Amino acid sequence: MLKIDHIYKTFNIGTINEKTALNGATLTLNEGDFVTVIGGNGAGKSTLLNAVAGTWFVDQGSILIDGVDVTKMPEHKRARFLGRVFQDPMMGTAATMGIDENLALAARRGAHRGLKSGITKAEREHYKELLTELDLGLENRLTSKVGLLSGGQRQALTLLMASLKKPKLLLLDEHTAALDPKTAAKVLALSDKIVAENNLTTLMVTHNMRDAIAHGNRLIMMNEGQVILDIAGEDKKNLTVEDLLQKFEEVSGEEFANDKALLS
Amino acid sequence: MDISTLFSAMPGAVSQGLIWGIMAIGVYITFKIQDVADLTVDGTMSLGGAVCILMLTHGQNIWVAILAATLAGMIAGLVTGVFHTGMGIPVILAGILTQLGLYSINLKILGGKANQAISADKYDLLVSLRYVKGVAFYKNAIFIVAVFVIVIIAILYWFFGTERGCSIRATGCNPNMSRAQGINTNFNTVLGLMLSNGLVGLASALYAQYQGFADVNAGRGAIVIGLAAVIIGNVIFEKIFHNFALKLFAVAIGAVIYYMVLQIVIWLGLDTNYLKLLSALVVAVFLAVPYWKKKYFNKPVKKGADNNA
Repeated sequence: MLKIDHIYKTFNIGTINEKTALNGATLTLNEGDFVTVIGGNGAGKSTLLNAVAGTWFVDQGSILIDGVDVTKMPEHKRARFLGRVFQDPMMGTAATMGIDENLALAARRGAHRGLKSGITKAEREHYKELLTELDLGLENRLTSKVGLLSGGQRQALTLLMASLKKPKLLLLDEHTAALDPKTAAKVLALSDKIVAENNLTTLMVTHNMRDAIAHGNRLIMMNEGQVILDIAGEDKKNLTVEDLLQKFEEVSGEEFANDKALLS
Repeated sequence: MDISTLFSAMPGAVSQGLIWGIMAIGVYITFKIQDVADLTVDGTMSLGGAVCILMLTHGQNIWVAILAATLAGMIAGLVTGVFHTGMGIPVILAGILTQLGLYSINLKILGGKANQAISADKYDLLVSLRYVKGVAFYKNAIFIVAVFVIVIIAILYWFFGTERGCSIRATGCNPNMSRAQGINTNFNTVLGLMLSNGLVGLASALYAQYQGFADVNAGRGAIVIGLAAVIIGNVIFEKIFHNFALKLFAVAIGAVIYYMVLQIVIWLGLDTNYLKLLSALVVAVFLAVPYWKKKYFNKPVKKGADNNA
C-alpha cells in the first residue's frame, strides 16, 4: 500500500542549522498494516509522515501510495489517498466553521469542488448518525463552531474526518501527545476502532513506547533519519519496553535519549 | 452651524456610503474570510472608475462599462494573487506592488491626466450625485446602489455556501487543514483576491459615475476606509448578526455610518485636510481593541485540552 524507498531530506542546507532529517529511510506497508513508529527526539518520525503527506518534497528517493508515484505530487493532490490527524488539535479542523461544515469539507476530499451546495440536508443527517456513534455529545451541536470544542473532541472529530472518505493510508502524527492521559486513552481507543472497522492501513507516530507496543500489528523504530528496527507479528506481541530500549542500544550503539518516552 | 445643512448632506453621505459599502464587502472577503490584508484595493478603487469612463466615452453601454470595470478589478486581484502564490512575495507587499503598478496604468487609461470628467447630461449614467434628491425613487442613487448591495450580498451568500466557497473559507481559516483535505489553497487564495477586487472595481465604477469623474487618486487610502467599514459594522452588529448575509449587510451599513460621521465632522468645522489622519487613527485604535482585550482583560485560560472529551 505504501512504499517508501530510500528517501532523503535535509533542512536548511548550507547554514549552521543544517539538519539531515531523513537519511535513506525505507519502509513498505502492506494493505491493512497498522504500524506504530517510535524513536527519540529528532529521529525523523514526524518528518517521515510529512514526507508521505507531501508537506514538502523529498530531496531523493521515491514514495508510492497504492502503486501511484506521489514523490512529486503536491500536498493537496496527494490528500485524496490520505487521512491525517496532527499533533496539534488546532491543526486538523477549521475553527471558525461548524462541525457539519468541517465534515462536509472532508467528505469532498479528492473530489472536484464546484458550485454545488457545500453541504446537503442528507449529509447532515448522515453526520449526525456518525457523531452519535462517537458518543461525545457532538450530535446535538452539529452547527457549533469547531473552535468551541475541547482538544480531545477536536482530535476525535479530525479522526472521523480522516476516515469519512476511506483513505488508502491513515497518518496519525502523535495525535494524542497534546491531550491529558485520560483523553489520550479515549482518542487512542477510538483510533483503534476506526482503523479496525474500516480496515485502514495506518502509520501512527507516538512517543509512548507502551502505546506503540499495545497498538497495531507492527512496530518500527527510527534513529537519525533511518528505520533501524522493524518488528511484526508474534515478536511484537511479546515486546516489552525494556526489550525495546535494549534493542535500541544494540542497533544504534547509544542510549535512548528521550525522557518523555521512558517516563510516560 | 445650521442643522439643516447637515440634514441636506445626509442623502449624499448615504449613497456614497453604500457605494463604499460594496468596496468594503470586497475588503471583508480578503481581511475577514481569507485572513490576508490586500492593499491592491487602493489601486483597484481608481482603476474601476477609469475603465468605466473610458468605456463610456468610447460609446459603450453603461452595463458593459460597469462589467469591464469589474473584470479589470478581477485582473488586478489575479496579478496580486500570482505575485503572492506563484512568486512567493508576502501578500501585503504583493498588493503594494500591484497598487503601484496600477497608478501608471490608471494614468494611461485616463489619457495621461489625473482625472477625467463625465457629464450626467451627455451620458446615461446609472448613479449621479445629482440624483439623490427630488427624483423618482427608481432613479435615486440611494435606491439603485442599495439594489446593487442586496444583489451582491445574495450572490456572495450563495457562493460561500457552495463547495468552492466553503473551501475558500477553510483556506482562510486553516490552510494546513485545507491542504490535508485536498484543497488547492493557492488557487483559492487567488480566486478570493479576484472576487474581492472585482467588487472593488465595481464600486469604483459606480463611484466615478456618482462623482461625475474618475480620479487617479480616488483609491488613496481605500483600504483604510474599507477596514473602517468592516470594523464599524462588526463592532455594532457583532452581537445581533450571526448569519453570513447579515454580516455582509453590517459591513455596508458600517460604510454608511462612516460617511455619515464624516459628514458630521465636516459640519462641525474640522479642517478637511485632517480627514485621512482621523480615519487612520480611528482604524488603528479599533484594530488594537481586540489585541488589548486579549492582553489585559482576559482571564488566563488553562492550556491544553480539558477532560470532557
